[in-house]
Amino acid sequence: MKPAFSVIFLTTLIGAAQGLLIALTAGQMYAGGQSGGFFALGAALALALLCLGLVASVFHLANPQRGWRAAARWRTSWLSREVILIPALSALAFLYAVIHAFGWAPVLVRLGNGAAIDLPLALGLLTTLASLALFVCTGMIYACVRFIRQWASGWTVVNYLLMGLASGFTLAAAYARLQDSLLSGFMSGAAVWLTLLALAARAFQLWRNTTGAPCSTLKSAIGVHHAQIRQITQGFMGSSFNTVEFTAPGGAETVRGLSAFFLAVGFVAPVALLLAGMPVLAFLCQYVGLLAERWVFFADADHVQNLYYQAKG
Amino acid sequence: MTKKQLALVIDLNVCVGCHACVTSCKEWNTSGWAGPLPDVNPYGADPNGVFFNRVQTYECGTFPNTETIHFPKSCLHCEEPPCVPVCPTGASYKRDEDGIVLVDYDKCIGCKYCSWSCPYGAREFDPVQGVMKKCTLCVDRIYDQTIEAERRKPACVLACPAGARIFGDINDPESEAARAIRDNGGFPLMPEWGTRPANHYLPRRKTTTTLHPDQLTRVDNPLKAEGETPRPAFTTPTIDGVSSW
Repeated sequence: MKPAFSVIFLTTLIGAAQGLLIALTAGQMYAGGQSGGFFALGAALALALLCLGLVASVFHLANPQRGWRAAARWRTSWLSREVILIPALSALAFLYAVIHAFGWAPVLVRLGNGAAIDLPLALGLLTTLASLALFVCTGMIYACVRFIRQWASGWTVVNYLLMGLASGFTLAAAYARLQDSLLSGFMSGAAVWLTLLALAARAFQLWRNTTGAPCSTLKSAIGVHHAQIRQITQGFMGSSFNTVEFTAPGGAETVRGLSAFFLAVGFVAPVALLLAGMPVLAFLCQYVGLLAERWVFFADADHVQNLYYQAKG
Repeated sequence: MTKKQLALVIDLNVCVGCHACVTSCKEWNTSGWAGPLPDVNPYGADPNGVFFNRVQTYECGTFPNTETIHFPKSCLHCEEPPCVPVCPTGASYKRDEDGIVLVDYDKCIGCKYCSWSCPYGAREFDPVQGVMKKCTLCVDRIYDQTIEAERRKPACVLACPAGARIFGDINDPESEAARAIRDNGGFPLMPEWGTRPANHYLPRRKTTTTLHPDQLTRVDNPLKAEGETPRPAFTTPTIDGVSSW
C-alpha cells in the first residue's frame, strides 16, 4: 500500500495523545487521587495532539467539506466509529483539563472500603475507556481489511494499542520531567516496560508477515486452473489508481532498511534514553521511529488486488 | 422468488482482447451520469486514467505449449460486497431493486477505504472530482426509455464484436445470462473470499474434431477423382451450344 502521510501523522499523533491521557489517569491514581495544574496542562497537551491529528486526517480526504458525513455508518464501519470517537475523546480531554485546572473534585461515590471516587478520577477513567476504545477502532480499521494478510490479524490492534501506550507514557515521562513532577519516575518506568512490550509485539508481527502464505493466487483470480499462469499485460501501458495506491515507493529494500531503523530508533534507543534519564529526547526519538514504523506498516502490506496488476504493457 | 441481480457474463472462450468494450465504456461513461472519467497527463510519458473496465491478457504454460487468455475485468457487483459496509458515509451502496453496486458522488468524501476492501481492484479513484468511481453497469442507459428496448444494455455489451458479453438477471433462471452460467460452467472470481460476485465468467473450451483417413477422400465426388477436371476441347458441344467454358 502507498503510505499516506496524513494517516501516518494522524495515527501516531492520536496514539500518543491517547497514551498520554491514559498515563495521566494512571499517574493520578498512583499519586493517590491528586489533582491540579499538572494534569490540566497534560490533558491540554493531549487535546492539542488530538486536534493536530484531526488536521492531518483532513488532508487524507479529497472532499473534506463532507467529512461530517463520515459519522453516518457507525453500525458497520470502523472508520466511522473512529470518526465519532476522536471528537468525543477530545471533548473528554477538554473536560478533564478544565476540571483539573479549576480543582473541582466533588466525591461522586464512596466505596465500601472507604475509598472515594471523585469527579477527576471518574472523568479520568472515562477518558481511559474512550482512549482504549479509540485504539481498538484505529486498529480494526486496518485489521478488518481481509485482503491484506499483513494487516488482517488481532496483532494489528495489539500493536496500535501498545505503541500508542508506549509513546504516550514516554511523552508523559518527558512532560513530568519538564514540570519537575514527582510522577517522573513512575512514568519513565512504565514507558520502559511498555516500549519493550511494544517492541516484542511489533517484532513478532514483522516476523509473522514474512512467513505467511498469500491467500489467493492467479488461479482463482482469473479462474483458470493451470499451474503456470503469468500476466502478459494488465491492460494499459501507463499507470492507474490501482497501480499507484496499492504499491509503495522504494520497494522491498526500503521496507527492510526502514524496519531496522524503526526497531532501533522507535524502541531500542528510547528505552536506552529513558534509562539514561533523558525522557524528552526519548520521546522525540521514539516519535520519529514510530513515523517510520507506520510507513513500513503501509509499505509492507500487499493487497490481493495486486495479482491483477503485475505487467505493464 | 430471489432478488433481481443484474450482472455480466463474460465468455473467456470468445473474448479476443480487442479492447472495444474498454473504449466504448469510457466513451459512454465519461459523458454520462458517472462522468467524467478523467485522464491525467494523457499524452505524456506516464499517463494515468480512470476506466471502469480493463482487458488484461494472461498466458498459461511454457512455449510452445501456451495458451493466451484475454480477461476483461470490471466491478463484479458482488452479492456480498465487502466495499459497502466499510464506507463511513454510506456513499457506497448496493441497490435493492437490481443489485447494482453504486457510489453516491454527493456523499463520497474520497477516503479510498472502499478500494482497500475490494479484492478485485475494481474501483478507481477520480482525482478531479475527488470521489471513488466504478462500473455502474451503465445504470443511466439500461433503464433509459428513450433508447430502443434492445439497446438498453451496458455499453460494453453492445460494443463487443465477438459477442463475448451477456447482460442479464442471473437470479432469473430463464434469463440468457443465468442459462449461460448454468449450461457452460460459469464461475465467479476468487470465490474463497465469500464475496459472491454477480458477474460470472465462462471457461475456455477446447474444440476438437477427430478425422479418419477415409474422411479425407470424397466418396461422393461425382467425377470419382480428386483434382481439377480436364478442360474440354474447344469444339466440344455444350448444352447451350454457345460456350464450352
